[in-house]
Amino acid sequence: MSKFMLIMRATDEAVAAYAETDFAEVIAAMGAYNESMLKAGVMVGGDGLAPEAGLVVSFDQTPPVVSDGPYGETKELFNGFWILEVPTIEEAAEWAKRAPLTPGNRLEIRRVTGPEDFPADNEWVKKEEEWRANGYSPEA
Amino acid sequence: MARERVLPGSVTATPREHGAAADAPAGASAAPVSARAVEAVWRIESARIVATLTRFTRDFGLAEDLAQEALAEALAAWPRTGVPASPGAWLVAVGKRRAIDTWRREATQSEKYAELAREAEIDADAAAAAPAPWDPDAIDDDVLRLVFIACHPVLAREASIALTLRTVAGLPTEAIARAFLVPVATVQQRIVRAKRTLAAAAVPFEVPPRDEYPARLSAVLSVVYLIFNEGYAASSGSDWMRPDLAREALRLGRVLAELVPREPEAHGLVALMEFSVARFPARLTPSGAPVLLADQDRSRWDRTLIARGRAALARADAVGRGRGPYGLQAAIAECHDTAPSVAETDWARIVVLYEALGRIAPSPVVELNRAAALSQAEGPATALRVVDDLVAGGALAGYGLLPSVRGELLSQLGRVDEARAEFEKAIALTANEQERSVLRSKLRAL
Repeated sequence: MSKFMLIMRATDEAVAAYAETDFAEVIAAMGAYNESMLKAGVMVGGDGLAPEAGLVVSFDQTPPVVSDGPYGETKELFNGFWILEVPTIEEAAEWAKRAPLTPGNRLEIRRVTGPEDFPADNEWVKKEEEWRANGYSPEA
Repeated sequence: MARERVLPGSVTATPREHGAAADAPAGASAAPVSARAVEAVWRIESARIVATLTRFTRDFGLAEDLAQEALAEALAAWPRTGVPASPGAWLVAVGKRRAIDTWRREATQSEKYAELAREAEIDADAAAAAPAPWDPDAIDDDVLRLVFIACHPVLAREASIALTLRTVAGLPTEAIARAFLVPVATVQQRIVRAKRTLAAAAVPFEVPPRDEYPARLSAVLSVVYLIFNEGYAASSGSDWMRPDLAREALRLGRVLAELVPREPEAHGLVALMEFSVARFPARLTPSGAPVLLADQDRSRWDRTLIARGRAALARADAVGRGRGPYGLQAAIAECHDTAPSVAETDWARIVVLYEALGRIAPSPVVELNRAAALSQAEGPATALRVVDDLVAGGALAGYGLLPSVRGELLSQLGRVDEARAEFEKAIALTANEQERSVLRSKLRAL
């Protein structure tokens, strides 16, 4: 079993179209989708990102430059994610296909790293694990 | 009806998809379809497919065969056509068509099958003309009936395990065989025999009646827990644990708890498994040797799973019927998982929890665990008295953990020669190679 993140991106047109859809319907469809994954015992987390534009910090110059987001030329907004725990990336993809999303939306699937991806004896890796264990507060 | 267009890949299949013709998949995807992608669909859909086909055929054994045939057809067809828009409905449609074909063949010999074939065709036609909406709750009920059939008490434990993993969890036979270190033919044989037994006993496709319910649910939970335990601490072979099997059991448990949300022990079992799997990242050295609880790097424990375990235990408690054996074991695991170290563990509470567990589910193994907790709470001398009583009782003769715990206590009391004898006894009684090597290192450390 591995954890996979479904990364949701949408074009501006898709975001605009979504804004015109009945919000209660959107919530109901997403709720039903999430519930189906919870009932199957595969969903371990997820969140949405607010639709208003954010800021982008670019490291192309020194010092870094802050500008209005989003970054990149495609104008695709990263607007939410799910974390699934499933045995194969194919199963993550099969769940992704069932998301109630419209044309212009994309889900990218990436494996989430775990302790096994890092050297166990590294001091900073150990600290990172402790922080994680304490909910990212520096002292327990 | 706009919603139907807006939700092309939704789990709740649209009526159109529900009645889709088996050989005309709509919306084939462009990317090549691998066997792994077909298996992924199967893992998600198998329980609902077998359950739906069992309701349709009124014959679990036949339904299971039909489901496997439908899977084989998907493996052959989807790489050419792409995965259909509603793969579950596609697989069910293939299964139903094959059922009707089977009955037609049998119809020449028996009027009963001719009747079934006619009825089924009328049903299928009616479904195509006025498709029923896909009702997830109705399907959940059928999946629950499926779980109760697979874990029926007329079946041998190994048979229930194989059936549950194949039909409810959607694992391929090869994977089940690998997990239990037996030949594929053995698993196939267990499944064939199990289906014959269920037919011979005329086991109905139903949620058990009220008077049988507690015992039947407990049988289901124990099958899931057996699968979990085989993954948690493999009883034989060279690996100390098979984490994927344990995680499979955890997933089954989560599914089950959602099917019977008013059953505290289902949540208790899930909590116990969440807390145990949370420790997996710290249970093995990189070379695969076991790390004992006291020596585990607790920062590597999975906090998400610990939080899920606490939530599951809270759900069990919220039902308001008290804690059963799984809930109590989960509470013990919670004490370990939330303690910063062995020294800072609430051992007194663990002793109390073991006492309660020993009262509602008396067992010498629980008593042995209580002794181990007592040695931390009150010292090895108190614990040794409990262990000596167990030795005198004789119920655990031949159980490797008894001399192993006794050796540990004797060694803490400085009785080295006696400790050595106990560890040697434990090594002789332990089948798992990794566990033996732990015992050998204890022996060397004396």
